[in-house]
Amino acid sequence: MAKMKKQEEFEPKIVVFACNWCSYAGADTAGVSKIQYHHNVRLIRVMCSGRVNPAFVIKAFEQGADGVMVSGCHFGDCHYIFGNYQAKERFEMLKRLIHLLGLEKARLRLEWVSAAEGGRFAQVVNEFVEDVKKVGRSPLAPIKT
Amino acid sequence: MVVKEEVLKKTQAYYCIDCGKCTSVCPISRFNGGFSPRRILISSLTGRYEETLKDEKLYACLTCGLCGTRCPSDVKFEEFIKNSRFEGQKLGNLIPCAHGGAIQSLMRIMTSPSLEQKRLAWVPRGAQIAEKGEVAYFVGCLPYFDAFFTDLEVDSLRIAKSAIKILNRAEVEPVLLKNERCCGHDLLWAGDLENFKRLAQHNIDAIKESGAHTLITTCAECYRTFKIDYPAYMGPLPFKVLHIIEFLIDSISQGKLNFKKTRKKVTYQDPCRLGRHLGMYEQPRMVLSNIPALSLVEMERNQQNAICCGTSGWMNCDAISKRIQSYRLKSARQTGADLLITACPKCYIHFKCAMKDPKIGKELEIEIKDLTSIMADALGR
Ligand code: SF4
Ligand code: SF4
Ligand code: FES
Repeated sequence: MAKMKKQEEFEPKIVVFACNWCSYAGADTAGVSKIQYHHNVRLIRVMCSGRVNPAFVIKAFEQGADGVMVSGCHFGDCHYIFGNYQAKERFEMLKRLIHLLGLEKARLRLEWVSAAEGGRFAQVVNEFVEDVKKVGRSPLAPIKT
Repeated sequence: MVVKEEVLKKTQAYYCIDCGKCTSVCPISRFNGGFSPRRILISSLTGRYEETLKDEKLYACLTCGLCGTRCPSDVKFEEFIKNSRFEGQKLGNLIPCAHGGAIQSLMRIMTSPSLEQKRLAWVPRGAQIAEKGEVAYFVGCLPYFDAFFTDLEVDSLRIAKSAIKILNRAEVEPVLLKNERCCGHDLLWAGDLENFKRLAQHNIDAIKESGAHTLITTCAECYRTFKIDYPAYMGPLPFKVLHIIEFLIDSISQGKLNFKKTRKKVTYQDPCRLGRHLGMYEQPRMVLSNIPALSLVEMERNQQNAICCGTSGWMNCDAISKRIQSYRLKSARQTGADLLITACPKCYIHFKCAMKDPKIGKELEIEIKDLTSIMADALGR
């Protein structure tokens, strides 16, 4: 009967690539300000959103991520000047690939969060988690045992 | 090592007489002195096969088959490489993949049975296609390439649109499979036999279900894979496989297609899969000769001696590939042709990419078009 505990709520697995200088620091700000956000995210620190090779995102989906978010500095703030413009370009391409594969567009997100925006980081992540919950488990997710 | 015996026997590697002819023609060896098919074979034969399996050079070979045209002992080198890569995969080798492995990831994603792709949005309005029927057209990865390589302006889907146009003109209403997968060529040649088989099974099932007894492809690699590798690894196929070139030859001889004048001087790149792997040298040239006013000039190295486009299976793209590409494009320009015709969507992409090189790109520029597209264009409106 132990198994009866409430029909298991779907907890998506979410990968977030956050740039070292803004978004990752933003997550830290959220942390030190004790702002709560969904624990579904696996945060991966990269030096710049421009470092996120499309392969990273595709691979995350391949391995069963229910959603992937790339987050960097606001335009004009990228510490490598044009990294986030590149991220934006790749995001457009990735959107098309995800669509071809038949994955919902809610599973992919691009956000700009600065180091000071701890609250915003939490809010963006929460929104994303909710959106992904709505579309459900990824068809590529390994069957849960 | 039992595996070794088997691989070496199956591919006739034991017959190697250490003559070095393979190395002397190999396009990789030509630009990379450290790579030698002869040396790979000899060291595998003399007790160092395991080293070969772990060596990254195992992944440098283009499996283009050029060495095979010279080998006096008929060693099947590209088969040797393929089988060794299967073994390498078992050892957990990391495969050096271009584009960070994104394309291989996409292909592995396609092995998932629960995938519901949306891959047919490109089909032009007014095109006559069917869900069930006798002839199916295998689009392959073209929609994915089209999305992935937008920055190269390659328009891979033009090939697919052209194929539909040709088929419709010949009064064929092809079946387009809503959920077909990559044919598996690249995973197979990377050594990932397991996922290759998964993809193959999906495709075979989907084609069976469509009721098609003929499958048409516009890709040299899909063609080789369906023609040789599916029967080899999956058993005999319940349908016939045709390259659109063969379909064109049939339809032209039945008088179903007429082409309008195209005043162009063109040269033709033999893809390794179509040429050396399957011996289709005459047919593409014959098809082109049906366009009035079109003249074909050959590159210095053509047919059996043609040089590959420099990258195979999205695996080994590096400075050596760029050199091979620039050599090839320069010889295309030397013919004085104003158009280079390719018959493999990947040759097309690789050459386009080389032309984008900020330093040498200008010296390599030549207009380039796929064989299927030029034939469709010559059909007129
Ligand atoms: S198959 Fe091609 S690339 Fe590989 S060794 Fe032979 S000639 Fe060289
Ligand atoms: S050409 Fe054939 S026989 Fe000569 S070294 Fe190469 S594989 Fe061996
Ligand atoms: S450093 Fe933050 S996006 Fe480039």
